[in-house]
Amino acid sequence: MASYKTNEFKGGLKIMLDGDPYTIVENEFVKPGKGQAFNRVKVRNLKTGRVVEKTFKSGDSVEAADVHETDLQYLYNDGEMWHFMDTETFEQMGADAAAVGEAAKWLKEQAMCKVTLYNGAPLSVEPPNFVILTITETDPGVRGDTATGGTKPATLETGAVVNVPLFLEEGETIRVDTRSGEYLSRAKED
Amino acid sequence: MSEAHWRPSADRSTLQARAQLLAELRAFFAERGVLEVETPILCAAANPDPAVEPLHLDADLTGTGTRRWYLQTSPEFAMKRLLAAGSGPIYQVCKVLRADERGRRHHPEFTMLEWYRPGFSLEDLMDEVAALMRRLVHRPELPMERLRYRELFVQRLGVDPWTATVVELQALAHARGIADARRLDLDTDGWLDLLMSHILESDLGRDGLTFVYDYPASQAALAQVLPGPPSVARRFELYWQGMELANGFDELLDAPEQRRRFADDDAERAAGKQPPLPTDEHLLAALDSGLPACAGVALGLDRLLMCALDAEHIDAVLAFPAQRA
Repeated sequence: MASYKTNEFKGGLKIMLDGDPYTIVENEFVKPGKGQAFNRVKVRNLKTGRVVEKTFKSGDSVEAADVHETDLQYLYNDGEMWHFMDTETFEQMGADAAAVGEAAKWLKEQAMCKVTLYNGAPLSVEPPNFVILTITETDPGVRGDTATGGTKPATLETGAVVNVPLFLEEGETIRVDTRSGEYLSRAKED
Repeated sequence: MSEAHWRPSADRSTLQARAQLLAELRAFFAERGVLEVETPILCAAANPDPAVEPLHLDADLTGTGTRRWYLQTSPEFAMKRLLAAGSGPIYQVCKVLRADERGRRHHPEFTMLEWYRPGFSLEDLMDEVAALMRRLVHRPELPMERLRYRELFVQRLGVDPWTATVVELQALAHARGIADARRLDLDTDGWLDLLMSHILESDLGRDGLTFVYDYPASQAALAQVLPGPPSVARRFELYWQGMELANGFDELLDAPEQRRRFADDDAERAAGKQPPLPTDEHLLAALDSGLPACAGVALGLDRLLMCALDAEHIDAVLAFPAQRA
């Protein structure tokens, strides 16, 4: 198994700690005038997202985590797993609810997602930054009201609920920023 | 690599401050009759201290075939040979190199000011370091304090470094919030180093120059040890603004003792799977012939500049750090 020495530590490096994959967020080298040097490291647990501090003796080695990011296309949900495909190799793989997490509510068939693979299996899924989705449920539109800036909740085809301007109707398609969960605009009909 | 990497990472006023620092320290030592010397950067032998790893290169420099040369991690051994040969007080400003040391306050290649004072006690040398510091940072009133290593740990952490056990030190590190202290496997000195660098250091030298001195004998490096009890290593470290700037020693004169410490270091390197290093027989021969009683100190000029200029990162005081070299 590949390993990294502390002098290779830097932001973004993927390492194994206590059986879980982590990414290094911050690394600080500290050394007294004479004697033992240390690396004070902030790491993010790639499974839970939690950031914790760790202290290493400089010169120690840590096992590398087999973690990398890849772009995969979302295909469908079978009720239990979300299925993705590598559009070059056509290889398919399933991600469970823990891996998909919050991304689930934005996933529409054929969306390209950033999937983090750990030992070849999906560990986390990032939806596209911007998605275009259809409103499936909302209160009737208030005609002409484009100026007051009032909003109402609207349920989208993927299940996400976003606040939209009062004039929008069921069946309309809108553009949403998945990072903030905010409505951006009406989507142009192609 | 970024387009802008041909440019220096230090601004022009920092380069001027560095030049002025060098001019002023040379004037300081000239006034005091301390001779400036230069010694080789490439050395046939190296300091076996397990906490310092030298860089090396293979070349034929003597016309007798290719061999390994070690880049100096400190000019100490060569300067002690000059002292043993009767140089009198000497100083040197030079680049020293240490593998694997990189961080906000560390750069593998850095500038060291090192000087030796025959006939000086450790206290005399602390006074001279303070005088130099006040001159270099233009603060004649900068206060100085002396704090024994033991007092520091007793006062601030409630633990006696001479008697504390590994278990007690580990519990203390954990209680003080050092991340995953329970997992770390360290010896007594390792725990003391951890507490020093993670808890104590940032408070040292807040209001002026703080000299921490009289270290545990196990951390003697190349300092004289007073037998005690408890035995203490006659060395000091200078802290200012929470940063360690200098390391001073009442220099070890005893050749057989020096040989023993080298052997201990060699054994520790071997145990830690660090590469073996050739012993500096020239230094041992010089000690055999007689090193005058002296105190010596090494001061990191890059860090001094960081303090003087309020720089957060050492790269800000270097023209070209390794990433741009």
